[in-house]
This record gives sequence, C-alpha cells and structure tokens, in this order.
Amino acid sequence: METITFIFSNLGVIGGLAVEHISIVAVAVGLAILTGVPIGVAITQSQRLADAVLYVASIIVTVPSIALFGLMIPVLSLIGQGIGWLPAVIAILLYSQLPIIRNTYTAITNVEPSLREAARGMGMTPLQRLWRVEIPIAVPVIMAGVRTAVVMNIGVAAIAAYIGAGGLGVLIARGISQTDPRQLIAGAVAVSILAIAADYALLALQKRLTPAGLKR
Amino acid sequence: MIRLENLTKVFETPNGPVVAADDVNMEVPEGEICILLGPSGCGKTTALKMINRLIPLTSGKIYIDGKDTSTLNDVELRRNIGYVIQQIGLFPNMTIEENICVVPKLLGWDTERAKKRAAELLDLVALDPKLFLKRYPKELSGGQQQRVGVIRALAADPPVMLMDEPFGAIDPINREVIQDEFLKMQSELKKTIMFVSHDIDEAVKMGDKIAIFRAGKIEQYDSPDVVLAHPANEFIADFVGADRTLKRLRLVTAKQVCDADAPAVSRHGRAKDAHAMIREHGTHVAVVLDADHHPVGYVTEDMVEGASGLVHEFARALPATVPARADLRAVVSEMFAHDTMWLACTDDSGRYVGVITQPAVTGALGETYRRAGKAA
Repeated sequence: METITFIFSNLGVIGGLAVEHISIVAVAVGLAILTGVPIGVAITQSQRLADAVLYVASIIVTVPSIALFGLMIPVLSLIGQGIGWLPAVIAILLYSQLPIIRNTYTAITNVEPSLREAARGMGMTPLQRLWRVEIPIAVPVIMAGVRTAVVMNIGVAAIAAYIGAGGLGVLIARGISQTDPRQLIAGAVAVSILAIAADYALLALQKRLTPAGLKR
Repeated sequence: MIRLENLTKVFETPNGPVVAADDVNMEVPEGEICILLGPSGCGKTTALKMINRLIPLTSGKIYIDGKDTSTLNDVELRRNIGYVIQQIGLFPNMTIEENICVVPKLLGWDTERAKKRAAELLDLVALDPKLFLKRYPKELSGGQQQRVGVIRALAADPPVMLMDEPFGAIDPINREVIQDEFLKMQSELKKTIMFVSHDIDEAVKMGDKIAIFRAGKIEQYDSPDVVLAHPANEFIADFVGADRTLKRLRLVTAKQVCDADAPAVSRHGRAKDAHAMIREHGTHVAVVLDADHHPVGYVTEDMVEGASGLVHEFARALPATVPARADLRAVVSEMFAHDTMWLACTDDSGRYVGVITQPAVTGALGETYRRAGKAA
C-alpha cells in the first residue's frame, strides 16, 4: 500500500527516469542496428569471418555488465566521460551486437538458395539481390534479434544507474542503499513493465515491417 | 539461335579434377526447343548454366544469335536470357505483378509499360490479371506458381530461354496441362529454348531436338523421332527404353496416317453403290456419313452383298471416332479399347476426314526402319 502511494505521489519522477532509461536503450540499440545489420550481412560472405565475429560477439555478452562498466572507466576518462550516459550506451551497444548480428546472419544465410539462383539468373547485381530479395525476407528475423537486444538491455541499463547514467535503476540503487522497499519495488516493477511494453511495441513493429507476402 | 563451341567445364575437387562438360558442340536453331536429356550428373545442367554464366565456363565459346557472349558482362547477359528453374523461385516478398516486372525494371522500363506487360502475360497463361496481379506467391497453387515462373522469364521478351527442369516439381496431371499450354505459347512466341529434362517422355513431347548427355559429352543430337527410332548406341537405346517405338506414337498425328480416300458413303445412298465402292477399294468396309458429313456408322462388304435398299438400313453404329489431331498413342489406345482394327477420323467440328487402320499405324512407325534397311 505504501509502495502504491509512493508510486502515485512520484509519478513525475518515475516518468522522467523512464524517459532517461528509454533514451539510453533506444540510442544504443539504434546504433547497434546500424552496425550489427551490415556486419551480419557482410559475414555471410565468409564462413571463417562469420565464425570469428560471432565468437567475439558471444564473448562480449559473457562479460558481466558491472565489470564492463568498470573496464570502460579508465578508457573513457581520457575524454572525461568515465561514468554516466556514454559508457552505458557503449555497453548496451556492445551487448546488442550478438543478437542483431546473429539473427541477421542466420536470416540471410537461410534465404532459400533457389531464390538466390533465380535472382542471379535474372540479372540482379549482388546489391540488388540484397535490397530487393534477401533483406526484405530477412526482416522478421532481424527484428526478432532487435527485440531480444532491447529486452535484454533494459535490464543492463538499470545497472548503469551505478555509474551515474540515470534511468529507472536509480530507484533500485537508492532503494537498496536506503533500505527503502518502496523505491526498490517501484524501480523493479517499472523496469519490468518497460521491458514487456517494449517487447510488445517491437512485435507490432516487426509485424508491420514484415512483407505482406511473408505473413502467415 | 544458340551455339556452343568446344564448351568445357572442369570442376576442381579435393579428389582431383572432374570434367562436367567435355568439349560440347551444338547449335539450337532459332525458334526451336532443344532438350538436354540424360541421367543425373551427366552434365546437362552444367551445360545449361554455363550459358547464363551461373557456372563459369572453363573453356569454349557461347554464341547467342551469332554474338559471342563473352563480350557481355554477367548482368547484361542474364537480363537478356529468360531463366526458369524447377524450384520456381518466385520472390515471396513481392506480388505476382512485382515478380513479373523484375527484369523489365532492371532493364529500366517505365512502370506503366512493365505493368501492362505483366497483365498481358497473365492472360497468356489463363490467369485472370484482376485476380492475380496483386496476390503473393504463397496464395497460388504449385501449377499457378510455375506458370508465373515461366511468364516472369518471358517478361522482357528475351530471344532465348533457359529452362532447368521447369515442370519437374509439378504433379503429373498438371504437368501435362502446363506442357501443352507452353507448347501452344511457343508456337506463337518462337523462342529459342534450351530445356533440361531427365524425363524421356517430356523430351519427346516438348523437343524439336534432343541432345542426350553422358559423362559431359553429347552422345546423340537429333530429332525425337530419330533418337527413338535409331538410337546411336546401346546407352541411348537403354536410356530411351525398350518401348521406344511405342513412344514414337506420340510424334505422329492421326491426320498424317489416316487414309482420306477410304470409301465413305451417304446414309441415303443405295446399298448397291456402297457395295460397288467397297469392292473397288478392296477395303471390305465403308464409313457411313450423314448429311453434315459426320461419320455415323459403317457397312461391311458382307452386309451389303447383293442388297437392295438404302445404306442406312444396313449400317451399324461406329464404336468410336478419333480427332485427326490426336496422336497415334491416343488412336491406338482407342483401337485397343474397342477391339477394332480401324477407326474413323474427324476434324475439330466432327466432320469425317478419313480412316485410320492398325496396319497404317504400324506402317508409319516402321517406315523409318525400312528406309534405314534399304540405305544399308
């Protein structure tokens, strides 16, 4: 009851933190799409390169976020950004690479060989094949990777409160340090709701971006 | 026209080089369908795909309409060759219209022209443009999809088409229908076509010429009738089958074999005259026709022997008639079904054309052997 009262009397603060939270994840995943999709497409050209890139991306994901933040402090301190918004964005950008690259790579390599043969046989250049056939067919799977990245990193962004990046993690961190269950619960619930809402929103987007001919 | 000169393909494999096409020389005259036929792994598909360079050639030359294709770049070359594959390969993200318009668009046609062309082509294969242009491939049956696959290859009106087992994945009933449709289209379009098949029946039906491949070499390149009647060697004889002479039945129509001079009498004619006519021809039988020249019955020599009265008093009903454009296979099948040695042929409006007999069928098929025997 106390918690609910807390939430309603602090809606403005929670809303502001949620916006911060969203901005970190949105900017980071947005940039991750711009890097991950081209990388995913590029590595379809070489099995060895693909193995290497996916291996590195997997290793990055195994580094705990708190350790990654720690690692970035001395490096980013050189430009005066050791803590705060920038390292949070960079961490999430890195974590997002695996789902986005892997899904792009899988989707493109799974395009039926007969479609590729038809496209080649009709005289499409490799770029035309990519834009007109392969990417449109791959979009649903690429979007699924984006969804995974977003949901996973809404959690990571909560931890970024410890390096002063702001966001809903601030409530959780304060709740712990001040042994205030109201803030703790409010923060945790808000992060969960945000993750679920983002997943649904992206699912809707995924459906919109899926070419009509590929919908069931 | 397509001409292959000393076309050779050597694949380098871990187990050493494999020759997939070995010094292939052939020419497909303009407007003809040439079937590349052979068991799997014989090099027929490799030969086909070297023409649009989906497989790069090791050595040799390819000429299309007299022009050496090595002067063209890959993309230019392919946009001017229609290509149809067994798996159809319609792009699922595009509507039927967009699929058909792919090559016209690549060639820079304006949208209106390309769309008009798509509608025309759908009409050509009896798919209503209003219904189908905006549909997606998954909404079509396999047969409909392959029809679209074929017209997509025709979209930019290329002079040459390459077809890689185009009807191989379609059920047998639909396959016959699509083959017939395609032949009808081809009789107007007169494309120069290379067509890969492993089905001798399809080859006999579709081909103006058949090239039989084995181990990368052409073993025989001839018209279907010659391949079936005079296989060049044991391998081809085996490949085309022990019933190869029966397969030739498909190559001849009833019209070519039927006897237009066989006796035919009006049902209102006099039986005595019918008898005289039968005697004169020595055929033992005459077809009875009605006023519209439709065959309605027959009389035999015995039935009208010494008879007086009109023909229709003696005539018996015909067991069956066959259309003159039917192939001999259908004719023989009818003969067997009705246990008869002869049948009356009719034209498309059911009028009498002539009589076709079993000895005439046998004679037509045997003629090529007698000629070969004389020559030897």
